[in-house]
Amino acid sequence: MKLWSRLVCYARRRSPWLFHMNSGSCNGCDIELVAALTPRYDAEQLGVRLEGSPRHADILCITGPVTKNAVGAIKTVYGQVYGPKAVIAIGSCPATTNVFIDSRTLDGPLQKHIPVDVFVPGCPPRPDAIIKGVAKAAEILAERGSNSPVATVAIATPAGEEQP
Amino acid sequence: MNIVTALARLLIFPGLLFAVPAAWAFLWVERKSVALMQGRVGPPFMQPFFDFIKLLSKSTPPRRGIAGALMRAWPLIALGSAAGAVGLLPVLPSSGGFEGDLILLLALFELPAMCIIAAGFSSRSIFGEIGSAREAALSVSYNIVFLLAILSIAASQHTFRLEALAALPVSPLRLLGILAIVVCLPAKLHLNPFSLPNAEQEIYSGPMTEYAGPELAMWELAHGLEWVAATGLVATLIAPHFGAWWLAALVFVALSFAIVLLLSAVAAATARLAIDTTVRFYWQCTLIFAVLAISSAIFVRYRL
Repeated sequence: MKLWSRLVCYARRRSPWLFHMNSGSCNGCDIELVAALTPRYDAEQLGVRLEGSPRHADILCITGPVTKNAVGAIKTVYGQVYGPKAVIAIGSCPATTNVFIDSRTLDGPLQKHIPVDVFVPGCPPRPDAIIKGVAKAAEILAERGSNSPVATVAIATPAGEEQP
Repeated sequence: MNIVTALARLLIFPGLLFAVPAAWAFLWVERKSVALMQGRVGPPFMQPFFDFIKLLSKSTPPRRGIAGALMRAWPLIALGSAAGAVGLLPVLPSSGGFEGDLILLLALFELPAMCIIAAGFSSRSIFGEIGSAREAALSVSYNIVFLLAILSIAASQHTFRLEALAALPVSPLRLLGILAIVVCLPAKLHLNPFSLPNAEQEIYSGPMTEYAGPELAMWELAHGLEWVAATGLVATLIAPHFGAWWLAALVFVALSFAIVLLLSAVAAATARLAIDTTVRFYWQCTLIFAVLAISSAIFVRYRL
């Protein structure tokens, strides 16, 4: 049993699958996140895979200053990622709302809505910084085990399942 | 064939004990070779294994009712049939039993695709349903060619035993059939020119969109076993016949790897085609090969 849990910890550290979500970003950070997967930086060496569905992901990468429209979507997607999970806030926007602070169209920063594990500051951050953030989040995942922080609202999906 | 050798074949070689690590190895070879062709370093050797363990340890959605039970069942059925198909491949010289029965093998080959279609529809996600519809359209188009090609090989030799087919020397007619099978493999394995059903960036992950955790791990493993079964089928048809079992096994593994490399090169070099182009490709361009193969097979049969 102990061997199994050690193996699981190791596997979680070596295979972080990402889901990328834009919450009103200017696309700067999104381009840098994609650059982290390209030949120059090649995040796949760490087992990183950008997944199409939040169900498959372990780590939720959120860019952008969290517009009012995006809040519902962020909570839904956070609920759709199954535990253990981690959240990375990429760029200065989700961390502080950056230069858009006090805008009436925003409801940021991100931490108001969901628990954030890793902040990667920068406007935009460099791809190597993003990869370091992903590696850090993968370590957090490995330590966390099955006790992820719980979202405040339960969300129902079309299939009628209650989300954790 | 006694029960011990039958079990050994199903569980050891070319069955589960060989097939599961081989599935992970093939998935790695595919990812690594695509990475190398793109000028990247690519994932470490153990990556598919780590992914599998990690997915097993994740939590799954609570699924209720018949739909939930079905959604849990589809990946297991797909896994079982893919493993059965690998176990049936007549790699080693043998006799009797189900070994190398072409009709059963084709049925087991087809089941994972059926399961994917059913899984997408029972997930009731809009992306899953689009993916399933695409998979259904795709399987209708490539299966005609695939089945005709295999039938042409079988018809020319008067037998439905893969083992007897593999034992015969390679003829130009069989090469035509093998070529048609190889053209169908990218569609069967959802590789790049024909990766429509699980088209990322378009419809999330297609039929797999609602799957998570251990269920997704089963799908990944079933996909890897499909790799082993599909490349193994072509390898047994190409491979020359050997008396020594170790030589037969070695040639089988080497040929399978060569086919994986070929398919990955095609996947890395091409972009995804639209569904109408794909269907047209199989019905207009490839069907000619298959019809040519089966008509010449029937001709050869009646002339002899």
